Amino acid sequence: MEELDCEPAITWIPGVNSKKKQMCFDWGPGEMLLCETSFSKKVDTSEKVPSCPFIYIVRKDVDVYSQILRKLFNESHGIFIGLQRIEEELTGKSRKAQLVRVSKNYRSVIRACMEEMHQVAIAAKDPASGRQFSSQVSILSAMELIWNLCEILFIEVAPAGPLLLHLLDWVRLHVCEVDSLSADVLGSENPSKHESFWNLVTVLVLQGRLDEARQMLSKEADANPSCASMCRILGDLMRTMPILSPGNTQTLTELELKWQHWREECERHLQDSTFAASPRLEALCKIMLGDEATLLEHKELLSNWYHFLVTRLLYSNPTVKPIDLHFYAQSSLDMFLGGESSPEPLDNILMAAFEFDIHQVIKECSIALSNWWFVAHLTDLLDHCRLLQSHNLYFGSNMREFLLLEYASGLFAHHSLWQLGVDYFDYCPELGRVSLELHIERIPLNTEQKALKVLRICEQRQMTEQVRSICKILAMKAVRNNRLGSALSWSIRAKDAAFATLVSDRFLRDYCERGCFSDLDLIDNLGPAMMLSDRLTFLGKYREFHRLYGEKRFADAASLLLSLMTSQIAPRSFWMTLLTDALPLLEQKQVIFSSEQTYELMRCLEDLASGRPGCGELDAQRLQDDDIETTKVEMLRLALARNLARAIIREGSLEGS
Amino acid sequence: MFVARSIAADHKDLIHDVSFDFHGRRMATCSSDQSVKVWDKSESGDWHCTASWKTHSGSVWRVTWAHPEFGQVLASCSFDRTAAVWEEIVGESNDKLRGQSHWVKRTTLVDSRTSVTDVKFAPKHMGLMLATCSADGIVRIYEAPDVMNLSQWSLQHEISCKLSCSCISWNPSSSRAHSPMIAVGSDDSSPNAMAKVQIFEYNENTRKYAKAETLMTVTDPVHDIAFAPNLGRSFHILAIATKDVRIFTLKPVRKELTSSGGPTKFEIHIVAQFDNHNSQVWRVSWNITGTVLASSGDDGCVRLWKANYMDNWKCTGILKGNGSPVNGTSQLGNSNPSLSSNTPNLQNSLHGSSAGRKHS
Repeated sequence: MEELDCEPAITWIPGVNSKKKQMCFDWGPGEMLLCETSFSKKVDTSEKVPSCPFIYIVRKDVDVYSQILRKLFNESHGIFIGLQRIEEELTGKSRKAQLVRVSKNYRSVIRACMEEMHQVAIAAKDPASGRQFSSQVSILSAMELIWNLCEILFIEVAPAGPLLLHLLDWVRLHVCEVDSLSADVLGSENPSKHESFWNLVTVLVLQGRLDEARQMLSKEADANPSCASMCRILGDLMRTMPILSPGNTQTLTELELKWQHWREECERHLQDSTFAASPRLEALCKIMLGDEATLLEHKELLSNWYHFLVTRLLYSNPTVKPIDLHFYAQSSLDMFLGGESSPEPLDNILMAAFEFDIHQVIKECSIALSNWWFVAHLTDLLDHCRLLQSHNLYFGSNMREFLLLEYASGLFAHHSLWQLGVDYFDYCPELGRVSLELHIERIPLNTEQKALKVLRICEQRQMTEQVRSICKILAMKAVRNNRLGSALSWSIRAKDAAFATLVSDRFLRDYCERGCFSDLDLIDNLGPAMMLSDRLTFLGKYREFHRLYGEKRFADAASLLLSLMTSQIAPRSFWMTLLTDALPLLEQKQVIFSSEQTYELMRCLEDLASGRPGCGELDAQRLQDDDIETTKVEMLRLALARNLARAIIREGSLEGS
Repeated sequence: MFVARSIAADHKDLIHDVSFDFHGRRMATCSSDQSVKVWDKSESGDWHCTASWKTHSGSVWRVTWAHPEFGQVLASCSFDRTAAVWEEIVGESNDKLRGQSHWVKRTTLVDSRTSVTDVKFAPKHMGLMLATCSADGIVRIYEAPDVMNLSQWSLQHEISCKLSCSCISWNPSSSRAHSPMIAVGSDDSSPNAMAKVQIFEYNENTRKYAKAETLMTVTDPVHDIAFAPNLGRSFHILAIATKDVRIFTLKPVRKELTSSGGPTKFEIHIVAQFDNHNSQVWRVSWNITGTVLASSGDDGCVRLWKANYMDNWKCTGILKGNGSPVNGTSQLGNSNPSLSSNTPNLQNSLHGSSAGRKHS
């Protein structure tokens, strides 16, 4: 398959003069930064001030930011997920039916979007945006046209016979001026005298809507008795044209035979000049015989070559086989253009479809459309139809994934559509996970809600590194803004012991400075998370000590306090505070600390007092502190000694009771 | 692509570097006016300058953000032979109301004897570490062991490249299979200078960076260099900005074949070479998934390069200016109607050939 070499798209940056200056840039998660600069060392010093004073933000998928398309993205996302979950075991007819249904769902979503955009286009206040919306409508219409054809040829895989019926429906759906024309003519007083009457009849015949055409003719017969008989004859021909109707049991061969007969009859009428008196009626008869020259005379009514193709097939080869389509398609295109113009991208796409060259269809669509939505979803569907592999190109499945990755990446540039992107990545087996990891880290976490949403997505997929990183970022941000409670909970969620220790230290420092704890709720309800780091455990337990004291459960508080010191959980720097906390317990009326406990406390105190390491503070400060410290130590020694005495006495005398 | 926003830069001299933060909600610019400006994106999508301050006593060449796991930290490097690390301080409440923030200098790295041409933070899994390179040919790697105390940075490694260095790039791969790796480019123009691109790898045993490879095929001055983000590949991709754009793959040769303990040997292949700029290429940079490379050249254009699903690299977009006057408002440049094709002559042609259309 030849690589299409097309010129890369140019984006113009206003104000920058590429002839004189260059640009520096940087990539962002969804955008690019651009700015004028000058790289060459020989900078013209006279031009100190930059000539272009702007920094530019440049983005890729403009469509992502369109409000109306958002519904398209959302609804097609639902269809996509449903498709991925279709049971693999389903085979044959039921599977095909389901895939066709999916295809129709996609198309109806496109049509709904088209309709909405059409309304907006009409209601647009200024002509420029009205034009813009109209052009979007026509692009959506083209997309639906292409998708519909792909559905008929690749998914429905209509065989000869039904193929033509599908193609007729296809044309009727997309050349819809007929309905408004019909309304116009029929709504008038004298339909057959309406200036567009014959155009309408012709169009109806071109589209194979012979019943309606016949009704028109009867109106003409009524109004114009001189041609009543001709109209009747032509009407009869129309009525008797053999067509394959759904549910019809005749074989193709039978149909062919009947159709040949009917053709001969039409031919005979022409030979006998039955319609000679009315050139219009004669032209209609010629059309029904598939006369190309006559068909081409009505180019305006056909409006495009694929209409011409289908009409041609209807009246000259209604049992056309799919593999023969492309001959007719190519010749139809050539005849219609008549050498006066060259095929447009849409023509090439449709032609590739008629040639059953799926890859070419996808490639041409990728080039012609600036958004990956269409090719990504269509290719995915065709892949589910197992069509990409059957074309025996090794990159079949890779192409599906390539396009889905492109589409999903584009969604991540949007502040809310990124959530849809997650699911698309999930269904890309090769690079989906790693792509998701790279993208999801970059989502700005402006609100707690958004952060929790992102984290939930990562946790569901066991993306532990991303969870850790995101929590770390949030914890760091909280610490810098002095929101210690928040920082602590993020550290716990990140399972970051080191950071939890750091935050716990801050809490303890805060307590020392202010005499109370902040974020009590959090600390009180740490639960098993307390085990994350020693310092955190200490923080939790220390708070528990205060609680016990507050509830006057002195004995429990005392044991806890002691265990905090003896179990080495308390940092040495905090021992003094703990011992000072013990003072009120020591001075209670009743004896709280037992003698053994008191011995322990004494040991801790002496331990602390003897091994006082220099803290690197200024000498003067230390001396002063030492004074305070010495006083404290003395007080504690006294209190401990007194308690010891009372404890011994109590233990001695309570022996009996 | 389309221009979504234009922001009045307000620097008094040439801007040398622009840098997005990790989430794309803040950006920094640095200039020959010796200052750095930081811009913040508001909820509504508008950008405001929240800080502007003098950072050096010479032109500031590059500015770069640390990973947000380390907080709000910037590094800058300058012609004044220094690099500096800056941290944002959470300001007073009235500052916040005015929408201003303060950045304080945490450290100045003064070891270089010449202009410091590039500064880059190492991948976050290596801790808070950065590398600088200078015109004196030395790459210096610094580390802050305590991320809560950014005033303590120690010089961990000095790598002598023997040639004036212009750019460095850390390999972002965090896979345990790969040792830390840094690529250095040189713009030395003397004809004898051979090793314009050198790759150094950290050796766990010697605890030093040793030269692993020199890209011998690159003989012209190198202006920029960039490792691509690794999507789980076993090999590395390196882009080079020199007289053209070049993309190399480096496949590590299996360690059993080389003497263990030495640096990894690589199979080097060039997978793409583009001279579309038709002039010197000054910058190359990868997007966040490593699927698109952007390059900026002397022709005043920025070009985008992408590999299709068959691994063929092509130019998929060009950004350039035609010098037309700027009308000052945030304009949508040349937004094509949504969903339309990219190039003008394909634009409205999705209607297909219809009757009566004549073309020249």
